[in-house]
Amino acid sequence: MILSNGNILSPSTHDRFLTGILWCFSLLASLILGLILFFLVYNSLPVLWDIGISKFFLDSSWHPSEALFNLTPMLVGSLLIMLGAILLAAPLGIVSAIFCRFYAPKVIAVFYQSLIELLSGIPSVVYGFWGLVTLVPLIQKVNPPGTSLLAGIIVLALMILPTVSLIADATFANLPKEYFQGAAGLSLSRFTLLTQIILPASKSGLLTSVILAAGRAIGETMAILMICGNIAQIPDSLFSPVRTLTANIALEMAYAMGNHRSALFVSGLLLMVIIFALVSLAHRAGKGSVYA
Amino acid sequence: MLKQDLSSPPKGFGGVFDFVLRQGSTGVIWLGAIFVTAWSMWLISDIVFNGWAGLSYDFLTHTPTNAGREGGIAPILVSTGLVLAICMAVSFPIGLGTAILLSEITATDSWWGGMIRRSLDVLAGVPSIVFGLFGNAFFCNILGLGFSILSGGLTLACMVLPILIRSTEEGFRAVPIAQKLGASALGLSRLSTLFYILLPIAVPGLIAGFVLGVGRAVAETAALIFTSGYVDRYPESWLDSGRVLSIHIYDLSMNIAGGEAHAYTSALVLLILVLLINQTASHIGLRYLRRGVT
Amino acid sequence: MNIPTTIEALDLSSTIIQVENLSLHYNRKPAFAEVSLPIYRDQITSLIGPSGCGKTSFLMCLNRLVDLVPLAKMSGQIRFNAEDIAQKKVNVVALRRKIGMIFQRPNPFPLSIKKNLELPLKEHRTKNKAEIEEIIQTTLEAVGLWKEVKDRLRHSALLLSGGQQQRLCIARALVLEPELLLMDEPCSALDPLSSATVEELIQQLKEKCSLLIVTHNLAQARRIADYTALFWFAEQTGKLIEYGPSAEIFNQPKNQITEAYIRGERG
Ligand SMILES: Nc1ncnc2c1ncn2[C@@H]1O[C@H](COP(=O)(O)OP(=O)(O)OP(=O)(O)O)[C@@H](O)[C@H]1O
Ligand SMILES: [Mg+2]
Repeated sequence: MILSNGNILSPSTHDRFLTGILWCFSLLASLILGLILFFLVYNSLPVLWDIGISKFFLDSSWHPSEALFNLTPMLVGSLLIMLGAILLAAPLGIVSAIFCRFYAPKVIAVFYQSLIELLSGIPSVVYGFWGLVTLVPLIQKVNPPGTSLLAGIIVLALMILPTVSLIADATFANLPKEYFQGAAGLSLSRFTLLTQIILPASKSGLLTSVILAAGRAIGETMAILMICGNIAQIPDSLFSPVRTLTANIALEMAYAMGNHRSALFVSGLLLMVIIFALVSLAHRAGKGSVYA
Repeated sequence: MLKQDLSSPPKGFGGVFDFVLRQGSTGVIWLGAIFVTAWSMWLISDIVFNGWAGLSYDFLTHTPTNAGREGGIAPILVSTGLVLAICMAVSFPIGLGTAILLSEITATDSWWGGMIRRSLDVLAGVPSIVFGLFGNAFFCNILGLGFSILSGGLTLACMVLPILIRSTEEGFRAVPIAQKLGASALGLSRLSTLFYILLPIAVPGLIAGFVLGVGRAVAETAALIFTSGYVDRYPESWLDSGRVLSIHIYDLSMNIAGGEAHAYTSALVLLILVLLINQTASHIGLRYLRRGVT
Repeated sequence: MNIPTTIEALDLSSTIIQVENLSLHYNRKPAFAEVSLPIYRDQITSLIGPSGCGKTSFLMCLNRLVDLVPLAKMSGQIRFNAEDIAQKKVNVVALRRKIGMIFQRPNPFPLSIKKNLELPLKEHRTKNKAEIEEIIQTTLEAVGLWKEVKDRLRHSALLLSGGQQQRLCIARALVLEPELLLMDEPCSALDPLSSATVEELIQQLKEKCSLLIVTHNLAQARRIADYTALFWFAEQTGKLIEYGPSAEIFNQPKNQITEAYIRGERG
């Protein structure tokens, strides 16, 4: 009787129904990534077919109306802004987390933590707007035109700082309690505890936080669009305007047709390649699911 | 005094160097924190002080005129609400279902479960502008929904799904394993285990996930430029184009000369909205949900 | 050991379960290996042995709760009423209805006392209100809980004392009228008084169903068990090293290890 699966009718039919629905939902959820990739590739194909991949890096410039599709300036722009923002935000973010957990008095730590959480929730368009109305005029006074690589780096650094800080903080929080008790037992000073035990033990978590922040930086659109000037050329100084891959899409998608539209999907594809690389890096750094 | 003695550095040159390093590092860390605080205070106070002047009941209840330079933002708030409603109505059931499947039904070592998890990990990293491209190609063009509230909502639904699933899963993780074993040992079906044992305990996690999803969706701009559109009047149907708050700010500051004052006020409104939403999420008591969810 | 080892040699009416060559691996690491033993109907069988030798794992095999453990792999046969319940295609829900389990820590659901009992009842036996009321009352009386809780059936089960919670869990298993009840150290998380109450209850339960009890308390095993099995570490895994009527195991053990263990010298 136990062997015949169908005998106990009601529970197992309900269960099969439930499990079926859940599977449908989860397949749908995982299908989205597939659909995104499919549409990126599907819409990129016409232009790739037409002119090939190499043109996207070897053409003389980005002038889609004249069939010139050089994406290198945008790629360089994206990478430069990401690098600059990471150089600023990674140390500051990690210092923030250390401050909050090991240095700040309780009251200040609570306040500081909520400030960081608040920062993480501010919409990117608000960051962009702030950069546009306060930061850009300041930079303009120093070295026109103001909308520049530097403006992008500064605003983006503030945007991704909470990502670094919150993940670093979570890493510290997840360290085994014994580390701290052991250190207290040996009456190690805070500085020794930090440099000899805590930082080495959280290396992979910190690395993950920086990689995820890099992913966020590479994907940011609105703030960059508003403050970087959007000129499609490789910048020659911190004060020259740049255009990123993301801004390129946002700027031209509204009117692009034919090969031009297709080339914008190629930009999207390029972004996805970078994101894939970063996510697999993060996986390797975190040895498992980064979001676990 | 004794404590002081033990932690004071040994004498000699190395000791002096060590001392400087210790004190120096404390200084650097405090400086860094003060710097970050000052920087963010600058941003927040700028928005609050400049936006405050224009904030009034009328601003929230009137339609924009003169391309948004005058009037209010009522239709924009309505569009924002509608896009959010679609987004959550679609993504919440799917997210909840996936979370239940991943945390309660598939074995942790199952191949399919692993694949779904991995695809969600990548999905969480996809830039919002790429969601915009996808939404434009799929919902607007292929499905023929055009620039509409519906397209925008569906695009956002795809975008918030990974956050939703992750925090909902976190909620299910709060259910003690003893309860699950107990239910299984009684031969309870999955359906009743879910309804009577799992869901009641997991509800705070679900609500927090929902609220976080709303917070992420309301802040989004790039995914909506090419999906929900720019039109700033009241939308007449789900298939009508509608302008959300974040796009309104973008448009006022970039394309409308003299739109700055209202852009400030709109930014303040958006800031307050996001703040309220995120505060709700953490008040539900699951601050730990934000780990990796930022 | 005088244990029938083949199915043919078994008197089906007297054994409820016949385990044959059962082994369990967690992610390739063996928890116990090649255990064969019968469990006799309407008797109390106790399972003793040092910590980590696979007693809990063994119980979880019998009602297939190991299915829920990732990477756990079971091999061998378990004959339950002449069916092999170690096969994949077994309907585990029906199986667990007939083989109940009590855990080391009481695990009532975070619902009302009544709801705790109602849930398995509605699922497996009846939806009739009056009948449910009646079964709840008789079962709670059987575990000696009725007088203590009859006025607060709608209160949370988590407000009960540890001993009361454990008895509620036993009642929850009993409403399904199981043929066999597995108990994993049911008294070890309780204070001595509650422990004594639960032990008394276990002895009464013998009239309702067969019992298999894991315990670290040798005196308890000696007091209540009709049969006793001793698990031990051998070659990195748990093995069954001696099995028989409790009187024999405790008075004239055949194995030296058993002798040392029950005298408290080893383990
Ligand atoms: N879920 C699991 N995954 C991997 N290994 C496990 C798991 N559960 C138990 N084990 C291992 O299997 C072995 C047997 O464990 P089990 O819990 O069955 O022992 P036990 O005899 O019940 O011990 P105790 O008397 O302490 O309860 C142990 O070595 C344990 O570490
Ligand atoms: Mg055990």
